Amino acid sequence: MSGTPTMPLLCPAMSNSLKRRRDGASTAAAASAAPAAAQAQRSDKARAASAIESIKDRAAAKYSRGDKPLPIKSITDKKLKGTLRRTHAKQKEAAEQAAQSEMLLTEDSGFLEAEGMERTWKFRQAELKKHVDANTESKMFDLKLPEFGPYALDYTRNGRHLLIGGRKGHIASFDWQSGKLACELHVRETVKDVKWLHNETMFAVAQKKFTYIYDKSGMELHCLRDHIEANRLEFLPYHFLLATVGNAGFLKYQDTSTGQLVAEHRTKLGKCDTMAQNPYNAVIHLGHANGTVTLWAPSMSTPLVKMLCHKGPVQAIAIDTSGTYMATTGLDGQMKVWDVRTYKTVQDYFTPAPASHLAISQKGLLAVGYGPHLSVWKDAFRTKQKEPYMTHLFAGSPIQDLHFCPFEDVLGCGHASGISSLVIPGSGEPNFDTMEANPYQTRKQRQESEVHSLLDKIQPDMITLDPTVIGRVDRSHQQVIADEKRREWEANHPTEKFVPVHRARGKSSSLRRYLRKSANVVDARREEMRERLEKQAAERERERKRAKGESVDKPRTALDRFDVGRK
Amino acid sequence: MVVKTISRPADFARERTGDIFRVNKNVDPALHPFERAREYTRALNATKLERLFAKPFLSAMSGHIDGVYCLAKHPTQLSTVVSGSGDGEIRMWSLTSQSCVWKAAAHKGFVRGLSFVPFNTNFLSVGEDKVVKMWSRSQEEPLSTYVSKNAFTGVDHHRSKSMFATSSTVIDLWDHQRSEPVHTLSWGAETITSVKFNQTETSILASCGTDRTVILYDVRTVSPISKVVLAMRTNAIAWNPMEAFNFTIANEDHNCYTFDMRNLGNALSVAKDHVSAVLDIDYSPTGEEFVTGGYDKTIRIFGARDGRSREVYHTKRMQRTFCVKFSMDSKFILSGSDDGNIRLWKTHAADKLGTLTQREKNALEYSKALKDRYKNLPEIRRIDKHRKVPKAIKGAAHKKQVMEDSVKNKEDRMRKHSKPGAVPFKAERKKHILATEQ
Repeated sequence: MSGTPTMPLLCPAMSNSLKRRRDGASTAAAASAAPAAAQAQRSDKARAASAIESIKDRAAAKYSRGDKPLPIKSITDKKLKGTLRRTHAKQKEAAEQAAQSEMLLTEDSGFLEAEGMERTWKFRQAELKKHVDANTESKMFDLKLPEFGPYALDYTRNGRHLLIGGRKGHIASFDWQSGKLACELHVRETVKDVKWLHNETMFAVAQKKFTYIYDKSGMELHCLRDHIEANRLEFLPYHFLLATVGNAGFLKYQDTSTGQLVAEHRTKLGKCDTMAQNPYNAVIHLGHANGTVTLWAPSMSTPLVKMLCHKGPVQAIAIDTSGTYMATTGLDGQMKVWDVRTYKTVQDYFTPAPASHLAISQKGLLAVGYGPHLSVWKDAFRTKQKEPYMTHLFAGSPIQDLHFCPFEDVLGCGHASGISSLVIPGSGEPNFDTMEANPYQTRKQRQESEVHSLLDKIQPDMITLDPTVIGRVDRSHQQVIADEKRREWEANHPTEKFVPVHRARGKSSSLRRYLRKSANVVDARREEMRERLEKQAAERERERKRAKGESVDKPRTALDRFDVGRK
Repeated sequence: MVVKTISRPADFARERTGDIFRVNKNVDPALHPFERAREYTRALNATKLERLFAKPFLSAMSGHIDGVYCLAKHPTQLSTVVSGSGDGEIRMWSLTSQSCVWKAAAHKGFVRGLSFVPFNTNFLSVGEDKVVKMWSRSQEEPLSTYVSKNAFTGVDHHRSKSMFATSSTVIDLWDHQRSEPVHTLSWGAETITSVKFNQTETSILASCGTDRTVILYDVRTVSPISKVVLAMRTNAIAWNPMEAFNFTIANEDHNCYTFDMRNLGNALSVAKDHVSAVLDIDYSPTGEEFVTGGYDKTIRIFGARDGRSREVYHTKRMQRTFCVKFSMDSKFILSGSDDGNIRLWKTHAADKLGTLTQREKNALEYSKALKDRYKNLPEIRRIDKHRKVPKAIKGAAHKKQVMEDSVKNKEDRMRKHSKPGAVPFKAERKKHILATEQ
């Protein structure tokens, strides 16, 4: 505690004694005791005020829905003005209350700090084990499964259940925290990717030829014969869509609630084994061999966006939960961080070897896997980091899959000789929302939430780059809207040529017919218009003459010869 | 090394097995993606469900042998109504059991008007037989009888005094204790078709007559205040119970006009949607809505200042509705029609009857707020506005639209071909008002 700045907080007597002990300036402090108390009160108020201000600022930043306030002053309709004012006030209050409710959150984020000469990235899991409680210790484990690896894995949305799939056909699902095995099966063919569907009762597996759906007991429910030779699976939980992409380079969306094949898009970019979903807008990102990343929605048969990200094949993509940043790695030995709103590079890093796997945690930690090495980066998006946050080596066992476990400080790692669960402090969101994803949900709660999520299922054609566009007035220029329409049409009709449909709407309407007929009717407005046009023409003529220096008003007369100076 | 990790105890969800499960909340937007899309989906589902649950018809109370031409409700008692039919019979109904609890052959010929006495349970009836009768539920015979020279067309009781007004060729003001009218009011009408006391400004009286007029009287000075002449005849009047100076009239030209009694030259709003004459009108006790019954065999509900109806009710068997009433809790609507039945409807077609649990209430409020938020989106608006109406009414509405358009076109053409200002634009709210007199 440094003497003077904190003094106003203490009571006068105590502050005096403290001050005396510290720097011996007793008289000055004693004299200023009374004013100090007053000052203390003032600064308390100021501090409280500034705290409130900061809450409000945070509210504006985090919880406002991004609605730009309308120019209320220029609105003439009083009723509308009042309604808008009230709405704005309500929105503001809601944001502030949401910010204030942060105080009620029970859990704090994890962290790992180095002391003295230590470096956080030098800490091994074994060392970490000595410093954490038994509960966390139990989350660090390795499953040695050398026979059927390398393993792909997936966590459910609440982070409770783990699904693993060995390349050589071994599939198992279990409640990884209690260690309760749900099912284990061997499909006797190649397993390329595994994915949980909306909850732990069903999962999809990309096998050698087809994609299959199994239930929690491991019974085969469906064989998706449309999804041939899929390499990667993604599941959009709010849309109930299973997206697959494979050797043929087709991106296919299957609605898992109705069973419909919603869309199949031909990427025309060859085999694809890099896919990620943007959790903010449900857009699918695909990485291709020519270094491009393409963004897809079911309603468009061409990519929404094509980004040239690397000078070699794209190896891995990961997108953060807010949908702002995308990390990509390529065979060109680079890892880049992109802002997906502007499609510009934010950071680029060189990787010692081309990184093959990426994962971003709920709190924004970036895990990078290259060969058997794993490094985790903190704050890697906004600022360029010099050194990683944590590292790990799976000696002799190259990484196959990386997934952060939601709502836990755990990183699941599938590699050649099994799977490992690593504790990465500060990676998970400590406060879950029971209504959204509940790690502790009971069977009844799961059934209830399944029904609710099915009722709230979002239609596939509502996937857009900007999910807040729903219910908003499109304020862009008419031409922009027309252009967008044209592009959408062209994308959905690739072989046809766009001919702008100038609908002949109204051509033979009664009004048009009437106007055609009434061309010769002399009416007051028309007359007025004609007069105005004549007047304007005359004015223009006069201007022209004036510019030429000719006489404007009068015709030229003999007397004009004396009028030399005027020119 | 300083390290902390997320570590929730095993009993995080609940400590003991008897406890309820803990509910954690985190309003961080990153945990709740697709907010708008999900809200929209919920709003759409809520709108669809509302249409699905829209079953407004509750019951028909039958018993009258002839058509039901007048209805009366008690201003403070919820479940009692009386109805009068074309054969002179009066029946009292209990809405709780939906049965007739009292009846009497009251008049020879039509019963033309019924009105409760606001401060007791007696009620008045008038008939074409030129007699006013006061009834009590406890007696078969009338308590008192008042005789006049003219056939009556309507009756209404004063809110607090023992005074009532009847309409015939003139308006008579009666006292309970006198056998002759105390006062007689008239201002040029051939026959007065309806008379209504203002229930808030209790000494104001409105009447409408066959000479297309609506006249306001003051019973303190026993003199007319003002008069408005409309293009067509007015069938019924209803005072707004919350805005004492506003009243709405049901007109023969298919429209309802809301007036401010201080300015009769300009209607406040015109409610259109009926395709035939509007026969009766009644305000909801909240003053926010009114219900109308039409010669087109439909009942419509309008917002007090809306131009178009929010709801239309009809059944296969319901004939021309001659009388409609809002219940005093504004939850139900009663209609009496030519076919001799009194029908009970819900004001909000999709409402659930009976008490709601708090969770139900919350869910309904939430979906209502969502619907309101997304009401202007095309799909939601389409579903919300859709009503299936009989072919005849749809056809008539279409024909009416064509006729109105052609009149408008003609007027436009006339305007184009004549001197500027010779064919002035006329506001819809003034168009149908021919004259006002003070």
